[in-house]
Amino acid sequence: MDGDDILHLHDRTPGVRHGEATADFWTYTAGLVFAVVLTIMSFVVAKTSLLWGPGIPVGLIVLAFAQIGVHLVFFLHMGTGPDHTNNIVALAFGMLICFLVITGSIWIMMNLHANMMPMPHPMGLR
Amino acid sequence: MLGRLTWASIPFDEPIALVAGGGAVLGGLAVLALITMMGWWPYLWREWLTSVDHKRIGVMYSFLALIMLLRGFADGIMMRSQQAIAVGGAEGYLPPDHYDQIFSAHGTIMIFFVAMPFVVGLMNFVVPLQLGVRDVAFPVLNSVSFWLTASGALLVNASLVIGNFSRTGWLAYPPLSELAFSPDVGVDYWLWSLQISGIGTLLAGINMVTTILKLRAPGMVYFRMPVFCWTALASNMLIIAAFPILTATMAMLALDRYLGMHFFTNEGGGNQMMYVNLIWAWGHPEVYILVLPVFGVFSEVIATFSGKALFGYRSMVLATLAICVLSFMVWLHHFFTMGASADVNAFFGVMSMVIAVPTGVKVFNWLFTLFHGRVRFTPPVLWSIGFMVTFVVGGMTGVLLAVPPVDFVLHNSVFLIAHFHNVIIGGVLFGLFAGYTYWFPKAFGFTLHEGWGKASFWCWFVGFYLAFMPLYVLGLEGMTRRLQHINNAEWQPLLFVAEAGAVTIMAGIACQIMQLYVSIRTREQRRDLTGDPWNGRTLEWATASPPPVYNFAMMPEVDDVDAFWEMKKRRELDELTPTYEDIEMPRNTPIGIFTAAVAVTTGFALIWHIWWMVILGLIAAAVATMAFGWSEDREFEIPAAEVARLESNRVGLGQAA
Amino acid sequence: MSITSIADIAPHHVAPGRGGGGPAPTRIVVAYGFWIFLLSDIILFSGLFAAYAVLSSNSAGGPTGQELFSFKTAFIETMLLLVSSYTCGLGALSMERDRADFFHLFFALTFVLGAAFVAIEISEFVGMIGEGAPPSRSAFLSSFFTLVGTHGTHVTFGLIWLGYMMAQVVAKGFRGHVKQRILCFSLFWHALDIVWVGVFTLVYLMGGR
Repeated sequence: MDGDDILHLHDRTPGVRHGEATADFWTYTAGLVFAVVLTIMSFVVAKTSLLWGPGIPVGLIVLAFAQIGVHLVFFLHMGTGPDHTNNIVALAFGMLICFLVITGSIWIMMNLHANMMPMPHPMGLR
Repeated sequence: MLGRLTWASIPFDEPIALVAGGGAVLGGLAVLALITMMGWWPYLWREWLTSVDHKRIGVMYSFLALIMLLRGFADGIMMRSQQAIAVGGAEGYLPPDHYDQIFSAHGTIMIFFVAMPFVVGLMNFVVPLQLGVRDVAFPVLNSVSFWLTASGALLVNASLVIGNFSRTGWLAYPPLSELAFSPDVGVDYWLWSLQISGIGTLLAGINMVTTILKLRAPGMVYFRMPVFCWTALASNMLIIAAFPILTATMAMLALDRYLGMHFFTNEGGGNQMMYVNLIWAWGHPEVYILVLPVFGVFSEVIATFSGKALFGYRSMVLATLAICVLSFMVWLHHFFTMGASADVNAFFGVMSMVIAVPTGVKVFNWLFTLFHGRVRFTPPVLWSIGFMVTFVVGGMTGVLLAVPPVDFVLHNSVFLIAHFHNVIIGGVLFGLFAGYTYWFPKAFGFTLHEGWGKASFWCWFVGFYLAFMPLYVLGLEGMTRRLQHINNAEWQPLLFVAEAGAVTIMAGIACQIMQLYVSIRTREQRRDLTGDPWNGRTLEWATASPPPVYNFAMMPEVDDVDAFWEMKKRRELDELTPTYEDIEMPRNTPIGIFTAAVAVTTGFALIWHIWWMVILGLIAAAVATMAFGWSEDREFEIPAAEVARLESNRVGLGQAA
Repeated sequence: MSITSIADIAPHHVAPGRGGGGPAPTRIVVAYGFWIFLLSDIILFSGLFAAYAVLSSNSAGGPTGQELFSFKTAFIETMLLLVSSYTCGLGALSMERDRADFFHLFFALTFVLGAAFVAIEISEFVGMIGEGAPPSRSAFLSSFFTLVGTHGTHVTFGLIWLGYMMAQVVAKGFRGHVKQRILCFSLFWHALDIVWVGVFTLVYLMGGR
């Protein structure tokens, strides 16, 4: 079944490139350059006071998402074509779950934390 | 040498545990001896244990679930009896230490080793047939998944004989489940058996989603998939999304217990509330993992036996997908009382109520399907109607519990116990039994006895109400869950009613065993020769019963939701001249059962801290994976002539009258 | 039925594996299944991320992130993994063009970079344990070691897989099965890099500030 390339044109999976592969070396290289630039920006933002203090975490998160996007597009070849629907839907579902688990947990736990009664001494449980 | 394992680990001093454990061991040995004496091993090995056929694996999952149902039910009726007896001055017959193990085992077994394997088994058996394809996406992985689940079940049952089980409830909340408060192997049995079976479930979910999204008969676009396939898709997407969270959470608890970490401990900055949060981020979707596929079962059963297309197919699909996403936004309602502020509780309360809307849509769709249909009141339909009545009650009490102030009153009371048994028995289990009776002839080629089936339904139905309605009342009166002894003598009458309910359910189970026995005895008279005993609508009925290993000799072409119904209506099947091709099928492999051997050994070694055995197990796993990864010859071909010969002996697509 | 309208939109024999045209070919099925597996793996990490985010301030009087983390180490680790992702991609590219020599070169480079990453991580861990910051010291350190260690375990597993795939190419050449698995491996390796973006941002940059 593997040699049957015509069949593959309509349906792709992550990591599988579409059609001719001439530009691929440059795709990867561009991805590397973007990712390196974004990484350096992240470290610079974290290390210096380039951004307003409380804004740094936000800046870092934005940069992280940008870099994840670069990885998905340039390394995993996630596209926007109709033949990518299945992959994108699965990815979107996974990202939604990650988002719900992480932000939901943080929201709930921070809220619980804020509601904890002040305890000057740790309780004597062991 | 043997870690913590000594002769003292075998409970010689606890008569009840010893009798139960001894009985299980003797029963198991008797079965093994029978198989050996009858010389069934080669057949079993060839046709079942090493099989990668999705139908065989589905049957084995369901068989495992039914066996474990007996174990889980035995735990349940022991608890009911203890609570009925141990009131006021009486102590009952179960000491607290043993009682705690029983309620922990009951919950763990019923969810992980009854409901889960039964649901996964039905999906495994039915989905590829309904999709009109020859197997799942990864047949060998399917076998591995099953054997991992079976390994988990074996480990849980090993705790009967060697050591003891967890006493911490089915979700093992810390800090009670931490080493400081549960130093023995009970929680470790819980951890590793669930970890192993959970990985099996995750792999099964990946397999099933890939199957549904990538392998369908020609012409079967998304909106021509049978509803059961849609619900299976949603359920398996939830498995993929939720089970990794369970794996991570249990791994953290294991790290606490094994390496002295401080995720959930009292000291060292640990936060036990984080465990509760994470485990329910898995636990709530888990409920929908169980119930969505049985919604699919009811849809199939009701449409078939009403002789009508399902009312509102598209709204059913959309409701399923809505539930799939919403189920991930409600998990806090399991711990309203932990102390979150009003806005958090309100958000999750409202989301929990919102989820009742798509569920309500489904109930109305079923009702409208029945409406003006020619309903045949067979056992699957009885289970379905019993479900609709019961599940609506359970859903209502659920909406009640979703109101945070109400939950503050009812949290951890037996009202909650009544509620979730109401949805899990009245929803999941009734649906599984409906599916079991509905698809049994497809799997084995003969129908189940109707009379015993109806008797069983009525026993379960009445028994359920007797057993759990009193708990609603007792919960409102303030009785909390997991009581080994009850101080308030006024509660005893209702507890007796509940006990009577449990006995009635036992009669229902006895009827099911009788049904199976009678049906097998009289199978020659109840043969399904058409492959379509119920005048079905979807593709699984288009092939013979039981289906040949390749399911369909020719790929069906689909142009409607009720593909088979349309084929019958247009008499396509009569005109069909069969042309057969060579069929490539996956070869049987012992890798699944080998995985089970490694998983049980490694799990057991981890539980008892036998480190050399853990290392050996991991090495064996790595070597086996690499050896398997190297091999390529995994398929064999059934020549067209052989297919033609097999088909000429059968009826089904192409030969149906 | 209302379904007839859909038949018009999606005629028979549209793209294989997307409903209309029947089952997809093995290669697509395998890659898609692996993609789903990777998503589930990333969700597993999200549980660990959530635990770290919640517990990272609970240092229980012990050392904190500011005292322990080194930006320099994190930066080197990030670059190693990033470049290894690049060489892995080029290796997969060479495979598609049937250039075994380039394939081996790029995968060997990937292995070296990945191994260097693991080595640096191990030395970082050993150093922390030596400084009185073992995972059993506090909830912060438990969640740190578990999150970063799980990622490191994945990378280590990836290295074994990588070596195994190179051996398969040497023994069998670029056959269908082998190519499929190399493709899965490169997906796995890229996904690990994506997880690492989360790790260095949340753990090292936000926690080490």
